[in-house]
Amino acid sequence: MDRTPNNRAWFLVLPMLALVLFSAVIPLMTVVNYSVQDTFGDNEFFWAGLAWFEETIASERMREALWRNVLFSAIILAIQIPLGIFVALNMPKRGFWASFCLVLMALPLLIPFNVVGTIWQIFGRVDIGLLGHALDVLGVDYNYVSDPLDAWITIVAMDVWHWTSLVALLCYAGLQSIPQAYYQAARIDQAGRWAVFRHIELPKLKGVLLIAVLLRFMDSFMIYTEPFVVTGGGPGNATTFLSIDLVKMATGQFDLGPAAAFSLMYFLVILLVSWVFYTVMTNLDREEEPR
Amino acid sequence: MARITLSRLAHSYHADPKADADFALKEMDHTWEDGGAYALLGASGCGKTTLLNIISGLVRPSHGRVLFGEADVTDQPTAARNIAQVFQFPVVYDTMTVRDNLAFPLRNRGMGAAQVRARVDQVAAMIGMADRLGRKARGLTADAKQKISLGRGMVREDVNAILFDEPLTVIDPQMKWALRTQLKALHREFGHTMIYVTHDQTEALTFADRVVVMHDGRVVQTGTPQDLFETPAHTFVGYFIGSPGMNLFDAAVQGNRAVVGGHAVTLDAHYAPPRGRTQIGVRPEYVAVAATGDLPLTVTRVEDVGRHRILRAALAGAPLNAILPEGAPVPAEPRATFRPDRTLVYSDDWRVEGGAA
Repeated sequence: MDRTPNNRAWFLVLPMLALVLFSAVIPLMTVVNYSVQDTFGDNEFFWAGLAWFEETIASERMREALWRNVLFSAIILAIQIPLGIFVALNMPKRGFWASFCLVLMALPLLIPFNVVGTIWQIFGRVDIGLLGHALDVLGVDYNYVSDPLDAWITIVAMDVWHWTSLVALLCYAGLQSIPQAYYQAARIDQAGRWAVFRHIELPKLKGVLLIAVLLRFMDSFMIYTEPFVVTGGGPGNATTFLSIDLVKMATGQFDLGPAAAFSLMYFLVILLVSWVFYTVMTNLDREEEPR
Repeated sequence: MARITLSRLAHSYHADPKADADFALKEMDHTWEDGGAYALLGASGCGKTTLLNIISGLVRPSHGRVLFGEADVTDQPTAARNIAQVFQFPVVYDTMTVRDNLAFPLRNRGMGAAQVRARVDQVAAMIGMADRLGRKARGLTADAKQKISLGRGMVREDVNAILFDEPLTVIDPQMKWALRTQLKALHREFGHTMIYVTHDQTEALTFADRVVVMHDGRVVQTGTPQDLFETPAHTFVGYFIGSPGMNLFDAAVQGNRAVVGGHAVTLDAHYAPPRGRTQIGVRPEYVAVAATGDLPLTVTRVEDVGRHRILRAALAGAPLNAILPEGAPVPAEPRATFRPDRTLVYSDDWRVEGGAA
C-alpha cells in the first residue's frame, strides 16, 4: 500500500533541534573553530590548518595519557562489571532488606564527584586518614602521594566504590524482570547454579549490561574530578589522564588551539569506542540465518 | 517411576492460616497410580497449579506429605525428584539452539553425548522440530517455543512423572490436536505417569484415563470421563463438564419423588429427606421435550450447533437446557420429562445416593 509521507511532522522536532543547536552544536563548532586557528591574544586569529591535530598525534605526552586512560577504563570495566553482577545476584529479592540494600547501594551515586575525591583524599592520608593510617600502623608501606602504584590503587578503589553500585542496580533491575517460570524450568531440568547463570540470567541481562558497559566506559574514559582532587595527576604524571591534561592545557597554559584539537579527538575516540562496544554486543549472538 | 501419594496434604500461602478460606488447597488424600494418564480439571484459580507445583517440588506444602512410592520426598528439592514439568507459557533457553535446549535436561544428568544425540533426534521428530534443530531458539514463534518446552519435558525417559500445566494454551488448534495425540502415544509407549492440568474439558476427556476435578482447593471427584459425565459427585462437576452443563433445580425430595415448582418428578431410587439445600440435577442429554410430559417449559430460544439443537428454556424460574434430536419439531406448549435413572439428587452441592426403589 502506498502512503504519502507527511513531512509536516518535522516541524514538531524543530524546538528540540533548536535547543540541541544552542546547547551542543554551536559550542562544539566553536571548539572546531579554535582547533584550526592560532592566536597570540587580542582576539586575533590566524589560520593554522591541521597543524594542531598533527602536533597532538605526534605528542608523546598525549600518547602516554591516552594509554593511561585505556588502562584505567579496562581495569574499571574488568572489576566493576563482574563485581556488579555478583552483588546484584546476592542482593535480597524482596522484603525490608531489599529496600535497605537498594538505598545503601544508591548512596555513593548521590555524592558529588569532588566530594568523593575529597573523601578518598582524606581517607587515604597516612597522617590522619582512616585507611592510610590504619595501613601504616599495620606496617604496609602505602602512600598515594609518592608511590604511583598506590596512587592507581587508590583511584581504582575510589571509582569501584563510587560506581559499582550503578552496575549492580542495573543488573538487579534486569534480574528482577526475569519471570519465575525460567527458574522453575531450570529446577525441573536439574540445572546447576552455574548453568542457571550462564543460560538464563546472563542472556537476560545482556540489555542492561550493554548499557552498564557503555556508561562505565564513557564515564571512566572521561574521568576528571576525582583523580584531580585526590592526586592532582601525580605523583609525576602517573595519574594524569587525558582530561586532566586537557584542562591544564586549555585553562592553565591557555593553549586554545591544541586543546581544541585535542578535545575533538578525545571526543571522537569515545564515540568510536562506544560505537564498537555497542555494535559488538548487539551482534554478539544475533539470530544466525537458518541453514 | 513410582506411585505418587499425597497424604493429608494442604497448602496455604499465608504464614498462619486459620480459616478454611486461607488455604489454596484444602486437606486431601490422593494417590496417582504409577503409569496413569490423569487430567486435572478445574476452573482458573482452583488450586490446580499449586497442586502440580507441590508434586514437582517447586512449592513446599505447608501441611502433609508427598510420597513417591514409599519414599517421603516432601523436603526434597525439585532436582532430586527427577520429574518433568511443562509450563503454560513457553520457557526456552534463548541463547541455545533447539538441539541444546532439548539436550539440556539430559546433559544435566550427565548422559553420554551419543545417547543424548539419539534421544534428542527422537524427541525432535515427535514434536515436529527435526528440521530446525540447528537454529537458535530465540527467533522462534510462541508455539514452536512451546513445542520445545514440551520436548524438554518428554526427553528424559526415566522420570517419575510428567506434569503438564495447561501446555497447549498458546498452540493453534490444529497443532493442539496433533500434540495431544502425540502425548497419548508417548504415554502408551513409555507408560510414564502423566498429570495434565487444564480447564478445557475436551482436552481433559480426550487425554486422560482418569479425570480429577478440582473446585475451590478441593478434589471433588476422580473418575473416568464417563463417570464424570453420568454421575457427577458434586454440582460443580455437573456444571463444569458437559456442554451445556447439568441442569440443577431446587427441589423437595421425598422417597422417589422430587417436587420442582409444584410439579412432581419421578426418581429411580428412594431418598431419605436430605439435609441442607436440596437440588435435583439432570443433564440436557436426558431431558425429553414433547407436547406431553411432567414439567411445563417456557422456551427462550433454540440454538442450532450443528450436530444437534439446544433448547434454552425456563422451568419454575430456573434455566433449563435440553438437547433436541436433529429434525424434531419443538411443540407449541412443550413439556419436559427427566429420565429417572439419570436424575440425581444433591444436598448442599454433594450427591446423595438413594436406596433401592
